[in-house]
Amino acid sequence: MLFRTVLKEEFNRLIDIFLSSHEVIAPKRIDVDRDGKPVHQFLPVSSIDEIDLGYETTEYSAKTYFLPFKETLSSFCYEDGDWEQEIKYRLMPRFLVGLHPCDINALLKLDKVLARDYFPSPYYISRRKNTFIVGIDHEPCEGGFCRAVGADTVTHGFDLFLTDLGDRYFVAINSDRGYNALNRVQCREVTEQDNQDYLHARAQIAQGHKDLPIHNLPNLMDIEFESPVWDQWGAKCLGCGSCAQVCPTCYCYGVKEDVSMDHTRSEKKKILYSCCIKDFAEVAGGHNFRPDRATRLKYRYYHQHRGFAESYESPMCVGCNRCGRACLAGINPPDIIRDLQEEGTV
Amino acid sequence: MKHVLEPYDITRESEMLAPLDYNRRSRLKDTDRIYPAEIINVIRLTEMEKLFQVRIIDDTDRERFTFLPGQFVMLEVPGYGEVPISISSSLSHKGFIELCIRRVGLVTNVLHKTKRGSKVGIRGPFGTHFPMDKMRGNNILLIAGGLGLAPLRAPIFHVIENRSYYKDVYILYGAKETNLLLFNYQYEEWERIADINLRVIAEEGDANWTGEIGLITDLLDDIQVDPGSTSAIVCGPPVMFKFVCSRLTEMGIPMHRMFVSLERRMHCGMGKCCRCNIGSTYTCLDGPVFDYWSVLNLKEAI
Repeated sequence: MLFRTVLKEEFNRLIDIFLSSHEVIAPKRIDVDRDGKPVHQFLPVSSIDEIDLGYETTEYSAKTYFLPFKETLSSFCYEDGDWEQEIKYRLMPRFLVGLHPCDINALLKLDKVLARDYFPSPYYISRRKNTFIVGIDHEPCEGGFCRAVGADTVTHGFDLFLTDLGDRYFVAINSDRGYNALNRVQCREVTEQDNQDYLHARAQIAQGHKDLPIHNLPNLMDIEFESPVWDQWGAKCLGCGSCAQVCPTCYCYGVKEDVSMDHTRSEKKKILYSCCIKDFAEVAGGHNFRPDRATRLKYRYYHQHRGFAESYESPMCVGCNRCGRACLAGINPPDIIRDLQEEGTV
Repeated sequence: MKHVLEPYDITRESEMLAPLDYNRRSRLKDTDRIYPAEIINVIRLTEMEKLFQVRIIDDTDRERFTFLPGQFVMLEVPGYGEVPISISSSLSHKGFIELCIRRVGLVTNVLHKTKRGSKVGIRGPFGTHFPMDKMRGNNILLIAGGLGLAPLRAPIFHVIENRSYYKDVYILYGAKETNLLLFNYQYEEWERIADINLRVIAEEGDANWTGEIGLITDLLDDIQVDPGSTSAIVCGPPVMFKFVCSRLTEMGIPMHRMFVSLERRMHCGMGKCCRCNIGSTYTCLDGPVFDYWSVLNLKEAI
């Protein structure tokens, strides 16, 4: 990996260059919550002033720019009793600035399912390759447990990655297009002092992380499959599916077809879904393999921490705790995992 | 000024330009491209089920379309939706597919109203298949309950067409009521084939029924096979698996030689939508055909 440092004003000039030619998505402060804490979202921005790179977290993850809530898979045109199918993929490149390591790790996990393995998704790959990603280090966010799931650092999956060194950024360059983009502004080779400042900044961040006893979780998930912990938490679950919507790695969906009012066109759309919603595992004729909320909640955790780990050697969860913050019933992974661990030691 | 980033057009990738073939799973392709297909014939089976004979319209696509017994396709009715349906036909008619469909939801009800000549779409084939090659030299038990005869029909045709590969062959079929029995016009044909044992049973008979009455497991009582060289394929509702497979276990047939086909409502068929997940096992990729030992190891599989 190549490293450079760039002064903050120079980096802002780079964003201006992005803004002049492409769509730029960045963390934007949109509101304050009831405790007076700022609320941020990844949104399209038109000027540098709208960007807040010092944000703590966002309500939604940046997943939506790779797996939009609604996406047209194909459309059908009808004429004279016949039809034709049409398929389009995203072509417009865009810049996504300010992703935290957890969100970049989330994309790396999505890559495993959607860009490799069986049936790589041309929809996802088009969006992924047409997105220039600038990541940034940050102080640990409240409630997050990214370090426990090994998602607090990244070494790939981005074009540029920034670490704040006060007046300048320490930049890791991970692609040729990242290299070329950075060379449009003034940057310089790293000095010994830069390296030391960088390592110091990293150490500061690492200190701030809270520990969560997450070891042995796949095995524990298997052993505690019948645990009352699931019934206790399941009883709280409202089955609304908010957790999956804000999750940076949840990718499940349903398909729906919309017909135009004049019956000349229809669109086959994929709509992101959630395994906590009641009819997720329903089959023809009405049989439901996971009819109650506790079973569905358990399935969600089982897939994230046991099933995915079995298939891809690490849990699907990146520890951002967005699901915990979004849950109306106060269900959050650290508490469930702690309960399971306690159950395991009784 | 030159753009900082050039657009990436996935349709120019060489794999995308190659002919569409769903059997090449790991290659990049138009994953939602359907083969336009014509409904050649509609055959009424019962009040609830019809058999649709469907042919891929394009000659080269039809030639390239190959499947194995136990696999399924996604059947698209444009404007209504897409449903996973197991293939019910013999492998020997290329690009000509039979789909036995019960009307239960939006798409299947619309299909029941369509006529011969309608144009639908097909994606696939998807999923695992019954390992017919590995079963060579074995006695074969083909067991179905209710709608389970639909996925079982492909291996039945395969066994009939390759009869010499297998030792004793039993086809056992049961349904709740006699008027729910599927493909009853075919029993006589199968029965007349020398050296194929067909037995049909209904839980409740009616005035015209002269066949056996009872449960599907009753048929296993007087079957004498060497369990060491016997394979079984079991298709039907989940509750049937438990009873039939434990009965087969009693007979001494190892669980890794019993194969079942699981039902889930897939929305993609390609391990992406998660709707068919059991734990993290995708029924569409690792199934729908599983050996029974694998099924026992999956949480909430049946």
